[in-house]
Amino acid sequence: MANSSTTNETPVSQPVTAMSVIAPAIGWLIPGAGHLIQKRWIRGLLIMGTVGIMFMLGLAMQGRVYRPNGGDILDILGFVGDFGAGGLYIVTRALDLGQGAIAHATADYGTKYLIVAGLLNFICVADAYHIAIGKKP
Amino acid sequence: MNLQLSHFSAAVLFGLFASVIFGITQRSTSREQIRYGLYCFVMFVGGVFVAGWVMWVLRR
Repeated sequence: MANSSTTNETPVSQPVTAMSVIAPAIGWLIPGAGHLIQKRWIRGLLIMGTVGIMFMLGLAMQGRVYRPNGGDILDILGFVGDFGAGGLYIVTRALDLGQGAIAHATADYGTKYLIVAGLLNFICVADAYHIAIGKKP
Repeated sequence: MNLQLSHFSAAVLFGLFASVIFGITQRSTSREQIRYGLYCFVMFVGGVFVAGWVMWVLRR
């Protein structure tokens, strides 16, 4: 078989370092900080600005912030997306923002902005981890 | 605060933010990141126009 030589290869395990744990954690809590503590200044600031502005625009558009729930699957996924924004989500919940009744069409855009800001931050957390383990420069 | 963007400006801003993150996270070198970010942005905005024309055709 053509691919028989590749089937016996064992995956190379990446070493668990303090940075490989701290960078994703702090990157989730403060978007972009996972890159900043690894001295990826421009990337970190761009992520911080992009995720932060997107989340705040979502709030400004009267988007809905999902709470933890066990109901409709879309509501659960909405919460997972929002939760990705980390500290922004925690502060928003603490200030009880994003709970108003949707009064106009663009509020639905706001809800999507909030969810996608969190999902994009999840990608950035994974990127910070890859940098920490040396998989990416 | 109550910000009301048009459909188009909301979609373009969405594409801009997503493109920046995609560019940073999906490529390694700075040059590739910029190129991929621009590519994603063009695809987002192009998709908006294509979707707009499709809806215009369906409406007729």
